[in-house]
Amino acid sequence: MTHEAVDPVMTGAAPGGDDILVRVENLVKYFPVRTVGFIRRTVGNVQAVDGVSLTIPRGKTLGLVGETGSGKSTLARCVAGLLPATSGKVIFDGHDITNLSRARMQPFRREIQMIFQDPYGSLNPRRRVGAIIGDPFAIHKTVPAGERKRKVQELMERVGLNPEHYNRFPAEFSGGQRQRIGVARALALRPKLIICDEPVSALDVSIQAQVLNLLADLQRDYELTYLFIAHDLEVVRHVSDSVTVMYLGRVAESGPKELVYDSPRHPYTAALLSAAPAADPDAAASRQRIILTGDIPSPIDPPSGCRFHPRCPKAQELCSQQDPPLEVKAGDAATHLTACHFPVEAGENLAAEAAARR
Amino acid sequence: MTIIRFLIRRILTGLVVLWLVASGTFFLFFARPVATVARQLAGREATPAVINQTIKDLGLNQPIGVQYWHFLDRLAHLNLGHSYFNQESVNTILKQDLPPTASLVVGGTILWLIVGLSIGIISATRARSLFDRLSTVGVLIGLSMPPFVIGEFLLLIVFVPLNQHGFHWIQDQYAGPSQGIVTWAGHMILPWITLAAVQAAIYTRLMRGQLLSVLGEDYIRTARAKGLSERRVIFRHGVRSALTPVVSQLGIDVGGFLGGVVVVESVFGLGGIGQVAVQSIQTEDLPVIIGFVLVAAAFVVVANILVDLAYALLDPRVRIS
Amino acid sequence: MSVTEIQFQAAAVESAPVQAVEGRSQWQLTWRRLRSDKVAVASMIVILVMIALALAAPGIAALVHHGPNQAFVNTGENAVGNPVGPGTNGFWLGTDDTGRDLMVRIFYGARISLFVGLTTTAIATVAGVTVGMIAGYFGGLVDTILARFIDAVLAFPYVVLALALVVVFGPSLTIIIALISFFAWAGIARIVRGQTLSLKEKEYIEAARSLGAGPFRIMFIDILPNLLAPVLVLATLYIPAAVVFEATLSFLGLGVQPPTASWGNILSAAQPFYTVAWWYIVFPALALLITTLAFNLLGDGIRDAMDPTTERLLRARKGAKRPRRAKPLVLTEEIPGAALPPAAQ
Repeated sequence: MTHEAVDPVMTGAAPGGDDILVRVENLVKYFPVRTVGFIRRTVGNVQAVDGVSLTIPRGKTLGLVGETGSGKSTLARCVAGLLPATSGKVIFDGHDITNLSRARMQPFRREIQMIFQDPYGSLNPRRRVGAIIGDPFAIHKTVPAGERKRKVQELMERVGLNPEHYNRFPAEFSGGQRQRIGVARALALRPKLIICDEPVSALDVSIQAQVLNLLADLQRDYELTYLFIAHDLEVVRHVSDSVTVMYLGRVAESGPKELVYDSPRHPYTAALLSAAPAADPDAAASRQRIILTGDIPSPIDPPSGCRFHPRCPKAQELCSQQDPPLEVKAGDAATHLTACHFPVEAGENLAAEAAARR
Repeated sequence: MTIIRFLIRRILTGLVVLWLVASGTFFLFFARPVATVARQLAGREATPAVINQTIKDLGLNQPIGVQYWHFLDRLAHLNLGHSYFNQESVNTILKQDLPPTASLVVGGTILWLIVGLSIGIISATRARSLFDRLSTVGVLIGLSMPPFVIGEFLLLIVFVPLNQHGFHWIQDQYAGPSQGIVTWAGHMILPWITLAAVQAAIYTRLMRGQLLSVLGEDYIRTARAKGLSERRVIFRHGVRSALTPVVSQLGIDVGGFLGGVVVVESVFGLGGIGQVAVQSIQTEDLPVIIGFVLVAAAFVVVANILVDLAYALLDPRVRIS
Repeated sequence: MSVTEIQFQAAAVESAPVQAVEGRSQWQLTWRRLRSDKVAVASMIVILVMIALALAAPGIAALVHHGPNQAFVNTGENAVGNPVGPGTNGFWLGTDDTGRDLMVRIFYGARISLFVGLTTTAIATVAGVTVGMIAGYFGGLVDTILARFIDAVLAFPYVVLALALVVVFGPSLTIIIALISFFAWAGIARIVRGQTLSLKEKEYIEAARSLGAGPFRIMFIDILPNLLAPVLVLATLYIPAAVVFEATLSFLGLGVQPPTASWGNILSAAQPFYTVAWWYIVFPALALLITTLAFNLLGDGIRDAMDPTTERLLRARKGAKRPRRAKPLVLTEEIPGAALPPAAQ
């Protein structure tokens, strides 16, 4: 499992048939805040995504982690072309697909699909499941109407649904089954990239495993690439090859999952990992939680410099003045990047530092 | 934004609307062959001499732009033209016929507001009781009967038998308040009921529905749990919230309300401006009709401004936007 | 042990909730509920009978040998030229002031009323749904313009416009249909727009966009099926409104002109005779009342059949309300020693 030496900030590099399927360069997405009325003035911006770069190699899974408000869902939608980017680039398979018109984006829609979080909201309750799964065939006219039923039933079987339920309504399925319907729909056109926006967060724990296994099987069989968004670190560890941690619209840390999980350099990553529930009671008892102070700030008025500095146990004056660049820290592999002025050292007791600050 | 600024904005918008309506009216009526227009303006009975006089007086041979300008100019001076049929200025005609309409509108509005809202509130607080079921049936009947049917039924069932038995308080036709409040009420009571019936039905149902859903909210439960008296809970909290959609519905209903006014006037022979306007169709007395259209539009605009004001007073959020 | 280490070998399909029958759609469920609502069923029957009578009007006229516009001066009028009452001389419901058979005229009037009611509602529904969806889905400037236009139409006094149009173009059935449709579509468009605005935020719409569906496909295939329920209720309630509208216009002389029979103009002509010929008013008015009542009840029935939750809500509240309604004042004032903080008031 080797990774290319990845430099996320590419300056004018020529795209080509290399192993990187998705390249996001400095993506920025602001939502303007306007006054109400006939003539609306913009009084501010929700800085949902503020300069994010990442790459996803072909056939691999990139796990995107962060709290609510970190901008990960917004980022996903920009990559999928559902939201127009304010600036920056999304390069898919060598093509710049940033803010393409609907007509020009259409062929890429066959290659980029999405699975949504809410199994109850992502399927139209008034349509039959067969029609829902067959939508991609109808929209892109790849399969004539007569053959659609057969193809849809093949898909249903592949994801573990009973093909005879073709004419049922979503209300007649359980949550896990509905996610499978969503997976079948996403799989229909054999896309290259599937963006999974918290696909198992709304499911029972036992069902989560089934759906995750399904996704892993499909990745193997169809050479899929996944952008996997979640807030549950354990799920992300299980499915991802590499991990990117986001905080308030910026990347805090990214790299191969073992490196990030075993030796996190960013204080935020360390805090997240320490807070993850451990099922073993002994491990849980001996674990030292790094408790952060304060609330996550508002994305309309983010803190100056490093966005994490108000809550960081290691913050110093420099942190509030200068935005730390995302780079390789001393002693790390070339693929492990951190955006921090004072990264966590090996053996450092961050919990104590956090407690001392409070 | 304070109330004053809000009011000013609404008045300006209203003026723009009035201007648009006036222009639309003008072009609808006057942008036709001169002969047709002249004939209609002069009235059905007009001789060719009168028609020519009309063309000269009103400058109908002038280019349409010039006519438009004169039209707006006259409007700005509140001059609504001259009816050849009646040989009077339209202003006079309308002024004469205003009292019956005003009596009808004022009395009818008060009646349907009081009746409609109270029945609605009582029905909501006693949901599914006998009162509620009866009022639901009443509402349904009221909604299904157009005002003219109600009016004629009332005449048939109330006016005729009463008069036949020597009880003369209730009369048709119009008598103003100057002739004594009791007489006035006697003439107006049936028209008021007729006008109020359909409107009351609509607002009863609206109020009941709104109040029912508001009373199901958690904050009402909290108010009760705090120990507030039931009456306070219902009025201060419940009705106040339920009132806002009702008020906004008022604004929309003014248009339909006018239709009811015209019909009721016709049924009871009240001789108000609505009835006069309808009669003018028969005589093809165009100036009166145009006058009516403009007055009606002005009424709707003013009523809407008042409704918006009431809404803003009820719901502070509206003022800020 | 993390969640992912619990390995479930999902070889078989997860057990689905047991279904006795396959895929019962919303419409089938609604129909079943409607069928058990006696009032709604009665209304449906009344409406069907009305339609049948309207269609059969020429046949009925032939049956009693009275045309709708045939004035029978000898048998149809009494000595002083007034209408004769029901049952006389073979006139089942009596005659009007020119000696015409009232019953036949009422049935012919039904043709006009039902025709106007159904066509205007159909036109208004198609137009209203389309405009409402476009306004709601596209949002932005399109929506602002359309929404203001819809509000302007809704607030417009219809009588005024009717007057104006009739003066300019002369009264005719086409004008009435155009006029009524013009006002009806706005009400439907407003509701549809509101629904579309909330529907378009749903995740399955986002999913459709991510699949590459164009706006019109999304509107007609994804949004429209979710709109049909409220639109159906609305349409059923608009039909009687249109019927009443037409009757009112004809009553004022702005609609269908005599001698063509319309309930409105019959009632208008009946006015001077109400002291001497009660049937002249009562029967057309009853016809109008029954028709509109039936449609209104049916509309309410459909609404209840589609949304049974309101019923349950009311029943639950009724049960809970009774004990609470009993003297709430006791709690705050009459229990001695109950020290409620004065701030509670």
